[in-house]
Amino acid sequence: MSSELSLVQRIVSQHHHRKRSLIPILQDVQGRSQWLSPETLDEVARELDIPPAHVYSVATFYKSFSLSPRGRHICTVCMGTACHVRGGAAILEHFERRLGIKAGETSSDREYTLERVNCLGACALAPLAVVDGRYYGQMSETKANQVLETVKPSKAGRRGDR
Amino acid sequence: MPYRSHLLVCAGTGCVSCGAFPLKEALEKEIARRGLGSEILVVTTGCNGFCERGPIVMVHPEGIFYQRLKVEDVPFLVEEHLIKGRPVQKFMYVPPEEKRPVPKMADIEFFKHQRLIVLRNRGRIDPERIEEYIAYDGYDGMAKALTSMTPEEILAEVTAAGLRGRGGAGFLTGRKWELCRREKATPKYLICNGDEGDPGAFMDRSVLEADPHAVLEGMVIGAKAIGAEKGFAYIRDEYPLAVKRMGIAIEQARGLGLLGSDILGTGFNFDLEIVRGAGAFVSGEETALIASIEGQRAYPRQRPPYPAQHGLWGKPTVINNVETWANVPSIIRRGAAWFSGLGTEKSKGTKIFSLVGKINNTGLVEVPMGIRLQEIVYGIGGGIPAGRDFKAVQIGGPSGGCIPKEHLDLPVDYESLTQAGAMMGSGGMIVMDEDTCMVDIALYFLRFTQEESCGKCAPCRIGTRQMAEILARITGGEGSDEDLEKLERLARAVKQGSLCGLGQTAPNPVLSTLRYFRDEYVAHITGRSCPALVCKNLIAYYVEPEKCVGCLLCLKNCPVNAIAGEFKKVHVIDQDACIKCGACLNVCPAKVRAVSKYTGEKGRAINSGLPRQEPS
Repeated sequence: MSSELSLVQRIVSQHHHRKRSLIPILQDVQGRSQWLSPETLDEVARELDIPPAHVYSVATFYKSFSLSPRGRHICTVCMGTACHVRGGAAILEHFERRLGIKAGETSSDREYTLERVNCLGACALAPLAVVDGRYYGQMSETKANQVLETVKPSKAGRRGDR
Repeated sequence: MPYRSHLLVCAGTGCVSCGAFPLKEALEKEIARRGLGSEILVVTTGCNGFCERGPIVMVHPEGIFYQRLKVEDVPFLVEEHLIKGRPVQKFMYVPPEEKRPVPKMADIEFFKHQRLIVLRNRGRIDPERIEEYIAYDGYDGMAKALTSMTPEEILAEVTAAGLRGRGGAGFLTGRKWELCRREKATPKYLICNGDEGDPGAFMDRSVLEADPHAVLEGMVIGAKAIGAEKGFAYIRDEYPLAVKRMGIAIEQARGLGLLGSDILGTGFNFDLEIVRGAGAFVSGEETALIASIEGQRAYPRQRPPYPAQHGLWGKPTVINNVETWANVPSIIRRGAAWFSGLGTEKSKGTKIFSLVGKINNTGLVEVPMGIRLQEIVYGIGGGIPAGRDFKAVQIGGPSGGCIPKEHLDLPVDYESLTQAGAMMGSGGMIVMDEDTCMVDIALYFLRFTQEESCGKCAPCRIGTRQMAEILARITGGEGSDEDLEKLERLARAVKQGSLCGLGQTAPNPVLSTLRYFRDEYVAHITGRSCPALVCKNLIAYYVEPEKCVGCLLCLKNCPVNAIAGEFKKVHVIDQDACIKCGACLNVCPAKVRAVSKYTGEKGRAINSGLPRQEPS
């Protein structure tokens, strides 16, 4: 726990304790610790000398902040218009079925988080899914199965070969 | 030039995701292995726009365009083209429904009709090297503005050019700058709005990735015109590559004295800071974006006062979209007369569109304002794939509307699009064919705006939810006759009563589909059928007994085991268990096509045996 608190302190001082830098501070903290715990948010409020309510109001407003722990593998399915007309919803449902979780949820073993995003701006690749930061275009159910195979817990070491 | 040939490897997001970097490495290795390292240079460039064909490699000076290259193709390509001098036909682009490849980029229909101003450096410079930008007249406009023009002259030039905001609303850029310049309060700020949230639009990402210096140069020119010393580039967090490239551009420009204090020794100071968005569509609205930079929730506020008078930290602020800023250097360098010679009477210059959806040539296109829609869809876009029919093109994202076939001759400019019930928006063009349900599209957009509504004002927060619920009822087969009238009434209320652009334009997708595709709504309500075979509650999948060969493929791929059957025996779908995911239709072999979709009563059903397109 103490290392997490010092992380907040370090990042806040990198931003010169500027109150207006609340959003980049939260981004940097989440970039290191994957999610924002209540303790972290309180610590940010103390360090910046602003009310915790304000920190919470910002952290809950923006979608890129996660207030619950996320899985080891992040699967994101694009729900942009181009992906939608090319069948993105079916891809998301397929991921939901395969992972046994709904969009926005994390599996109970903390292995996977499934997220939907409004548009990744790579519409030519529609329908699109991103798994652990890697873009997979022209998604189909079959291709999704192949991609998920590479991030199976037991075979995690073999990730990335395609 | 010490190199006899350059290989330009496209490194936009699209090509990178199809393996542009491993391809580049393979090219470099092979070139070194064949001892050509001193003759041929491999360069990474920004996005070419023809993203569907990635990874793309251009060979200069011949201008040969290679597409969909794989690492295994590299030895053959190097041997044939670079050693023997024989361009390789099999890696070239073949237009849809034609057999002969088109070797040169300049001859490909997709590129031929484009007119590049903002994207002029795409595919030809390495965006991470400022020297390459400078070599193509980069920072010339800024030098001219800083050394030989007064702020008034810059303003006059931009105003005379007739440049209008490329973010959607189309406000005259010169007028906006003028308003801000007249304000007495200091300091003044500049903002680049790179919070491109419209689903289906990615031109700002591409500009930031392919030519970040053009945006930066435009901002320095703008800063001089309005008298600002500090600017912010607000870039969407979902665009990591754009953030990175803009960061590099800022560092390099500072290093050469093109940004920071005493720019070019003229005594003019201007510096730029990147702010990453945090994932809220509403932050693309200018007052909400300002709140976000200030470290608040991205809540919009009432206008006036406009940001030009009362903006960031209450100071006069000019906020322009990425594409708008990137137009400025060329206007100053080549003059207002040149710029305003392009386009229509009220819409000058060019506009970038992202041409996506059910279209053959997917990608990013920059075209003169006033071009006809059909030229974009059929000329540049190459028409609709798989022999399907064009139904509509959705322009302007969640604020825009669907334009039907009858209006394909519409000139693309701000006024015409608004009149037709759409909107320029940021320039997303999503092409839809017969397999797209217009009610489902309206629902898609309303769900989007409802989810993205910040909740500050009631008409938007509650109105979009109510509209989405009615649409969900209709697509679910439970619509009633009075629903359409209710929808229209709500749409008017949300349009008139909402605080910011998000709510004011949110009903457009519904209104435009009601205007042009009312019969589809009626089919859902009274016929309980979905003519496009999309809405799950109104369709059913069947295996045609006379066609089924009993191959077990659909049975094995059904995620809910709803298909019964044995090898070489006809398969049957259990309608109660079926979740209508369409997996059976997609896996049924093309030669067999035994799975069909039906809607309405089976007797007068529409049959579609076409699977979703798989990558070729």
